[in-house]
Amino acid sequence: MSESNEISRRGALIILGVLLNGVVGLFFAIPLVGYLLSAIERRRSYTAWVTLGPLSQFPTGQTRLAKFANPLRRPWDGETADIPCWVRCTSRQRFQVFAIDCAHLGCPVRWFPQSQLFMCPCHGGVYYADGSVAAGPPPRGLFQYQYRIASGQLLIKAGELPTLSTYQAMQPGQPGGVNP
Amino acid sequence: MNWLQAMRQWLDQRLGVGSALREAMFHRVPRSSASWFYVFGSSAFILLILQVVTGVLLALVYVPSGAQAWDSLEVLNHSITLGWFLRAVHGWGGEFMVAVVLLHMVQVFLFGAYKYPREFNWITGVFLLLFTLGMAFTGQVLRFDQDAYWGLGIGASITGRVPVIGAPLVHLLLGGPIIAGDTLSRFFDLHVFILPALLLGLVGVHLLMVLKLGINEWPMPGRVVRRETYLKGYEELVEKDGVPFVPDGIWKDMIAAALVLSAVLVCAAVLGPFGPRGEPDPTIIHTLPRPDFFFLWIFALLALLPPQMETPVILIAPIIVIGLLLLLPFFAGEGEKSWRRRPVSVMSVLLIAIALGTLTQLGDVAPWSPVMSAWSGDPVPASYLQGRTPLERQGALVFQGKQCRNCHALGGAGGKRGPALDEVAVRMTQDQLIRQVLQGGGNMPAYGKNLSPAEVTALVAFLETLHPAGQQPARNAALAGEQ
Repeated sequence: MSESNEISRRGALIILGVLLNGVVGLFFAIPLVGYLLSAIERRRSYTAWVTLGPLSQFPTGQTRLAKFANPLRRPWDGETADIPCWVRCTSRQRFQVFAIDCAHLGCPVRWFPQSQLFMCPCHGGVYYADGSVAAGPPPRGLFQYQYRIASGQLLIKAGELPTLSTYQAMQPGQPGGVNP
Repeated sequence: MNWLQAMRQWLDQRLGVGSALREAMFHRVPRSSASWFYVFGSSAFILLILQVVTGVLLALVYVPSGAQAWDSLEVLNHSITLGWFLRAVHGWGGEFMVAVVLLHMVQVFLFGAYKYPREFNWITGVFLLLFTLGMAFTGQVLRFDQDAYWGLGIGASITGRVPVIGAPLVHLLLGGPIIAGDTLSRFFDLHVFILPALLLGLVGVHLLMVLKLGINEWPMPGRVVRRETYLKGYEELVEKDGVPFVPDGIWKDMIAAALVLSAVLVCAAVLGPFGPRGEPDPTIIHTLPRPDFFFLWIFALLALLPPQMETPVILIAPIIVIGLLLLLPFFAGEGEKSWRRRPVSVMSVLLIAIALGTLTQLGDVAPWSPVMSAWSGDPVPASYLQGRTPLERQGALVFQGKQCRNCHALGGAGGKRGPALDEVAVRMTQDQLIRQVLQGGGNMPAYGKNLSPAEVTALVAFLETLHPAGQQPARNAALAGEQ
């Protein structure tokens, strides 16, 4: 009788031990998961207005490569925090600013002014000058940044690698990325 | 030799692993399994050890920082004594490891070794393959060059196609909003801590199970696996016709390991390290991102899938494939082991091998990519211009100047995205040529807005000259009477 009591007492202690460690583990798991998921920021907090330089750099009727410093950058990012984009000036003060990343799988598209086409070196995506798909596998036209003009500078709202889902998050309510 | 024995005894008294070790070394294996076909597993293990050793040594110099990783690889290549060789051994060791793991898997599959009671060994093996591929991919990222940068971009773009939680997943993958220092840090974490720990731990389980359950016997046609009788039959087989693993089996493993290691060392010494190619500067857009050898087939698949199938295939196919691999021992856990009696299995292996091989070859050639430099780099063959009118020659200029050459080859040089145009006049009439140029279609952009009428006239005049000497160009049969 006493023997079985003793066993159940030990059993209870083991259960207590498991429970205690479970509770401690759970409490530790909360900050741990929080730390791990810290890269997921709330929408739009990653993006900010950045300058691409004075308007004079972007003559009407031309598409030019520009680059900007990513708004969020760490001291150890090096060159990777300098992001390129294509700026097309359609008429005075009217622009289209395209992401460099192909809408198919993100390779850097290259502009050919002679044939007025963007071509992707990876899977053969081709876009017209206005960013719409001309050929190849891209599911949509080139991603476009919102822009505005302030004191003679061209500014875009940037800060995130555009992909099919992050692009939506970048510009809620503006699926086409059309400028106001 | 007495002092050696004394030392061993002293150690064994304290460690107490002597008997387990002896048991592992001298356990009996079927005589038929002490075969050259059974060396791939041990070779893969030796390669894993090689990777650990060379990896630890490379970490003496490598800097896992977005700003400095590339520079540290350059220093390893050029400034540190034999740094290039260590990098080469690690790189080639990785390639060999993937190859040997795949061979091991094919052998295990064809020899029916995944069947009862070794199901869990197969399952751990599937995870070992996945972790090995994970090491190959993360290793490519650690070589933080242009290929790594844009490879991450492709990874992020694929992740971005996940419905609903795509955006948070992209951020989780990149460690932030863009490909940058934090991205490299997390792939360093995966490559150096998490995946190796998983690999080594799981290899331990994998090996332990080989010891507990015994190595698969050589499959004989007609000797069918049944749950009720297999274990007894195996026991009898090992008793009757077994040999101790040491020395009867292990010498082949040792020779194979030495051969594989020397192959890695020779490749490393002769062919050198992998890259790094250009700096990871995204503003250098004149780049041709390509994945490493073992991922070329995915690269090809992503170019060749019909666009509307792409997202479902990318997101669902891996789950199905991995699921099938994991479930294989459960729906085929019994029955014939010998590949001689399993035609479907043999055909599956052949089919998969041919498909992967073809895709890899295509990925290497990448005929779907425009050749970005063809328009300015590959001149129109002189014979195509001799005796032509000024208009036709002007057309040849338009052809080059408007980058048609990037997708269309002439005289074997140029892009392969569109058809070669050496004999296009035989296939298309003047009207058809004009329509195709202006409106595009069939995966060709429309050039209507980008060409003046004069340019179109010249271009089509040139294209109409492109037919073999003895063959007339195509003409519109409806207009035949008028001509």
